[in-house]
Amino acid sequence: MRDNFLKGLFELAKKDKSIFLITGDLGFKIFDKYIENFKDRFLNVGVAEQNMIGVATGMALRGYKVVVYSIANFATLRCLEQIRNDAAYHKANITIVASGGGYTYGALGMSHHATEDIAVIRSLPDVKVFVPSSGLESYITTKKIINLNGVKYLRIEKESKYKPIQKRINISQGVYYNYGKDGVILTSGGILSECMQAEKSLNKKKLFFDVISINTIKPLSNLLLKKISKKKYIITVEEHNFSGGIGSCILEKLNELQIKKNIKIISIKDRYSSVVGDQQFMRKKNGIDSKSIKNKIVNFIKNK
Amino acid sequence: MNLKNFAKKLRLEVLQMTHLGKSSHIGSILSIIDIIAVLYGKILKINPKTIKNKNRNRFILSKGHAGAAVYAALSALGFFSHKKLLTHCKNNSTLSGHISHIKNPGIEFSTGSLGHGLSVGSGFAYAGKLKREKSKIFVLLSDGECNEGSTWEAVMFSGFHKLNNLIAIIDYNKLQSLTTTTKTLDLEPFKKKWESFGWKCLNLDGNNIDQLEKKLTKVIKSNEQKPFCIIANTTKGSGVSFMENKVLWHYRPPNKNELKEAIKEINNER
Repeated sequence: MRDNFLKGLFELAKKDKSIFLITGDLGFKIFDKYIENFKDRFLNVGVAEQNMIGVATGMALRGYKVVVYSIANFATLRCLEQIRNDAAYHKANITIVASGGGYTYGALGMSHHATEDIAVIRSLPDVKVFVPSSGLESYITTKKIINLNGVKYLRIEKESKYKPIQKRINISQGVYYNYGKDGVILTSGGILSECMQAEKSLNKKKLFFDVISINTIKPLSNLLLKKISKKKYIITVEEHNFSGGIGSCILEKLNELQIKKNIKIISIKDRYSSVVGDQQFMRKKNGIDSKSIKNKIVNFIKNK
Repeated sequence: MNLKNFAKKLRLEVLQMTHLGKSSHIGSILSIIDIIAVLYGKILKINPKTIKNKNRNRFILSKGHAGAAVYAALSALGFFSHKKLLTHCKNNSTLSGHISHIKNPGIEFSTGSLGHGLSVGSGFAYAGKLKREKSKIFVLLSDGECNEGSTWEAVMFSGFHKLNNLIAIIDYNKLQSLTTTTKTLDLEPFKKKWESFGWKCLNLDGNNIDQLEKKLTKVIKSNEQKPFCIIANTTKGSGVSFMENKVLWHYRPPNKNELKEAIKEINNER
């Protein structure tokens, strides 16, 4: 996803001199090509995230389309008040690109587990939230959102190998990776691959699911929700804490639309992880790997 | 414009506003009145006509709790009506206690949580340098605000990038929320701190209109290659004897009698 974000950013920056990239001392080597071509539109502010968002806001209010880059928790939790008071309240055009969503950096420890970012950021009024699930989505999303006004949050991580099955993609309406008659699995992020594998093993039990990457978590499409709510079973899967994440936002939307539907939320339990390991290990440990997803869906259907 | 009369007018306004709105921070507001009078009366050259110029001078009140002083100056310059000014802190007013730009013309940036303004000012200044503009960015901070780590992130950033179009003014009244700065988290050696971060730093009397006018005029004409820090030694509650140097007036609005007393004092000019 990172390469696709960089590709999208580079293409935009080539045509639009108002695009400006700021990093909080992260992204070793990845910006080399960008810097080579647009060295006057790049700034490394050092390890100072609060100042990063403040400076980005000042520059955005002077007409720049600012892209800030850091690791997910540093780009959100460390400078949350600056995002709220400075960037969002002033509707500054800033795209916050957070790498290492979920357990990407699983082995590095809880400081690097980005498992509350979606909840925290989407609670800020006017801030838009995008969580692509594949390289293609990351590219399309990048190209679309840098030009949008206001604050955008883009969470990227290691991508899955899966590709959308739709020909025409509209990221605000969900991106389909599989069609199935029985229910729908809603997800976002690299964990899409676990959902795809889980869906495949459900096929053996004659269960077939749509697998949809929501992508645009905020604003969440009414149309998409109305569409999927017609399905018998609705499952949400996320590499994120139970509180306030993707499952929560689906529940909120169903409530807003007054659609009565029992959904199954598959997420990380409300706790920190002191035990570490790679992303795959962490998913398994926290019950969000393909096997756990499959079992949870089977149980949900059995008890329904 | 007669700056001394302007400062006097602003003092009378903010006393009235905090009395009517039953709002706090009158001590902090009076502390910066003379700085605000000189900036808006002479240095910034901002008025309802110039405020849309892209290369205008820009001012950020980082100590947002003293917003009343800026509102009063903007109203006096014709940005909005006096009637609106007197809605300050009342129900349904947009003139919040901590400065806000929404529906309040003339205000560049909203603050209220300390330690935000200098970073944004640095962003303005960095963009101004990229655009090769001659305009200046002013940020007014409180002394207590220099407890914030984020303030020093911005100090380090603008010093390193030699943002010589940036001017920070510190309202050094030496009183913060509970007690004196020396008893809270001493800022001294204050000037040396800024200098060691790559700033040109000078001290002045922040309640002396003549000094402010003279030194600020000099600073904006300077060819210095560093950002400027002006440590303005001020008196909290300046101009109203019973409010001066008293933490109580960080919180209490003047009641009817106190307002009358204060107005009398200001009109009689000490």
